Amino acid sequence: MSMTQFVSLFQAAIVFGTVILYGAMGEILTEKSGNLNLGVPGIMYLGGIAGLAASFFYELNNPAPNPAVCLLLSFLAAFAAAALGGLLFSFLTITLRANQNVTGLAITIFGGGVANFFGGSLNTLAGGVGQISVAATSAVYRAKIPGLSSLAIGDFPLGNLLFGYGFMAYLAIAVAIVLWYFLTRTRAGLNLRSVGENPATADAAGINVTRYQYLATCIGAGISGLGGLYYTMDYIKGTWGNDGTIESLGWLALALVIFSVWRPLNTIWGSYLFGALTWLYFYIPNLTRKDMELFKMLPYLVTIAVLILISTRKKRENQPPAHLGLSYFREER
Amino acid sequence: MRGVTKTFGSVIANDRIDLDIRQGEILSLLGENGSGKTTLMNMLSGIYFPDSGEITVRGQPVTIRSPKDAFDLGIGMIHQHFKLVDVLTASENIVLGLKEKGRLNLREVSARVREICGKYGFSIDPDKKIYDMSVSEKQTVEIVKVLYRGADILILDEPTAVLTPQETDRLFDVLRNMRKDGKSIVIITHKLHEVMAISDRVAVLRKGVFVGEVSTSETDPQKLTDMMVGHAVTLNINRPLVEPRPLRLEVKDLTVLTPEGVRALDQVSFQAFGGEILGVAGISGSGQKELLEAIAGLQTAQPGSHVIYHPPTPDEAIAGAHVPVAPDGEELLGKNPRQIHRIGVSMAFVPEDRLGMGLVGSMGMADNMMLKTYRSGRGPLLNRKPPRALAEKVKQELDVLTPSINTPVRRLSGGNVQKVLVGREIAQEPSVLMTAYAVRGLDINTSYTIYNLLTEEKKKGVAVIFVGEDLDVLLELCDRILVLCAGHVNGIVDGRTATKEEVGLMMTNLRKEAAGV
Repeated sequence: MSMTQFVSLFQAAIVFGTVILYGAMGEILTEKSGNLNLGVPGIMYLGGIAGLAASFFYELNNPAPNPAVCLLLSFLAAFAAAALGGLLFSFLTITLRANQNVTGLAITIFGGGVANFFGGSLNTLAGGVGQISVAATSAVYRAKIPGLSSLAIGDFPLGNLLFGYGFMAYLAIAVAIVLWYFLTRTRAGLNLRSVGENPATADAAGINVTRYQYLATCIGAGISGLGGLYYTMDYIKGTWGNDGTIESLGWLALALVIFSVWRPLNTIWGSYLFGALTWLYFYIPNLTRKDMELFKMLPYLVTIAVLILISTRKKRENQPPAHLGLSYFREER
Repeated sequence: MRGVTKTFGSVIANDRIDLDIRQGEILSLLGENGSGKTTLMNMLSGIYFPDSGEITVRGQPVTIRSPKDAFDLGIGMIHQHFKLVDVLTASENIVLGLKEKGRLNLREVSARVREICGKYGFSIDPDKKIYDMSVSEKQTVEIVKVLYRGADILILDEPTAVLTPQETDRLFDVLRNMRKDGKSIVIITHKLHEVMAISDRVAVLRKGVFVGEVSTSETDPQKLTDMMVGHAVTLNINRPLVEPRPLRLEVKDLTVLTPEGVRALDQVSFQAFGGEILGVAGISGSGQKELLEAIAGLQTAQPGSHVIYHPPTPDEAIAGAHVPVAPDGEELLGKNPRQIHRIGVSMAFVPEDRLGMGLVGSMGMADNMMLKTYRSGRGPLLNRKPPRALAEKVKQELDVLTPSINTPVRRLSGGNVQKVLVGREIAQEPSVLMTAYAVRGLDINTSYTIYNLLTEEKKKGVAVIFVGEDLDVLLELCDRILVLCAGHVNGIVDGRTATKEEVGLMMTNLRKEAAGV
């Protein structure tokens, strides 16, 4: 592999990884409360389309869009829409105690349907299939740090490698670190973990289980939704595609949660590894179509390997939250 | 506590109980199973709310609505089932849910935990994960958790049930240190020697009623037993003597380990005969469940254990349609539950939640009947006619109150659920019928129906094993009574001549030779 190919794979891995990094971090927060939200793909769809729609209408009505407003509008819209998806999930599973797996899958289908419906409508408004573009907003998301990003050591484009990404790639790392600190070092984080492990104990200790579950699920969904936003604004440069890519990214994010054994710091390198494995086929010459598909399986294969590993090791810290996927009902003993 | 009453449905768990807890003393709350000890203390710790009566703490009338209210009053309870999060450390569990100011500093918490431990003589590593801990360590964490929250009234619900004798001694030392520090301690127990060893005063409950309280120094185990079990009540249960009584089941040196490696049953040996009801008495958790499950093939026994089944001779009424086995005795251990069931050993186990074992709550009577027979039909399709007929028969004969045999059994009242369960097992025409807590929670009339059913089976020549809680019933229903104590057979007595006091003492005092010491 030549130097240019390596740089190109490295960058592709980071950009790809950032999308699923958001998805996985949100899901870790959710799962730590004992809620298994299989609706991550749908939630990411919701985030992506809401961000796109907000900036589309803003740019449509303002010939000279203000970059700060572009950023704020799309960012808040994406987070809010995704958190609403999480709220729907919470209401169904926590308040009505619906089955979490079924509800999650329903949210995936629902989110994809809503997003592609509005994506199609926006394209029509913009003048036809593939016509939508939010260039001004996308430019904000794709802006690199001037100077730093063009640093180079000899032929090696170090600056481009480390600083050649939009701000959300760095924000993702920051969120992962904050999430790690929250879960392991704060009172609220401790309480949240105990809710996901043993809600009856948490309840007896005076922790409001329902409140923790609602908040963790809604904020978690909001974070997952940012993955969809990053995908539409940076990855596909402020356009919309009805090709179902977000959905497959969402499933990959769920696999990443398991791969990282529910630890935010592991998701950082895990997501880039997944990105590299996903794009590897592109850089290996003379692959036929079916070989490519085999390569695209790699992230899932390593996830299965990790599952086998943590199941055989039986180390308690590496197991999923003990109450994951189950509803809590105080009077049930 | 003055005039405290609590009812569950029509059952009175506590009837106008007056109880004083004094500062700097250890009070034992003594009583048989179901006498209302835990219920009473749960009202102090905020789990239940009393129907009537008042609670006064340090001269102030108080209302305790939640565990938090109790904590605020300095009352902390250590339950039998620990409430701890396995993957967290001791310190993390201890601060869980506390709304202290400032950021979480686990090092500081650990230091305070060590300080508390040092003060009272515990030994515990604050940074150890709960899942790595022994039962005794977990209990220590629970006690420290309560002390960390500043409790000065501690209630321990059967704290020694899960401990080894050495651990028990250590716990008692700690409790004495706490007493010296001016804390009030209540221990709920039914072990007399512990009462004598640790407490200053003893309060005795019987069937939800306060019997009295005495200073430990002025009493002895015999007097306490009398207070605990009360005078024998005549129930007039029909108890015919059946002849002949052939040997049916022979249990030899049965040893069963709990998942933790503790001996739930230790070298249990006895014989059960056709045409008799063998009662099994014992404080709950003495190994009754393990005994029945081992015989039914649900528990693995240790090597060297034997359960030999002697089939009825062909001329007996119950010879029935069971799988033929060796006439001179067949080893049941090592067979799976289905094989044992087909040999003719039936178990009607009525667990605490009634529906947990044996019946499927969301299915009707007919479908539940089918659970035991669905394999016998030919072809892949179920034949629903026989189970329906059987369900109708059980419904009529046992007077099960249900709108239809297709109503989910979950919607039936407890007594009716139990009738379905026992009725189904009897319909299998077993040669050994085991029941546990068959009348738990039933009213008098339904209980008698069940007693009569069992006696009918006995008359047919079935060997009935009846695990019960109520000594009066055991003494009037059973031909012989096997007394279990901490997994040992503490003796087998004749149900016609034994006295309640005798059995009560056997339940609570482990004989030295039975313990193998």
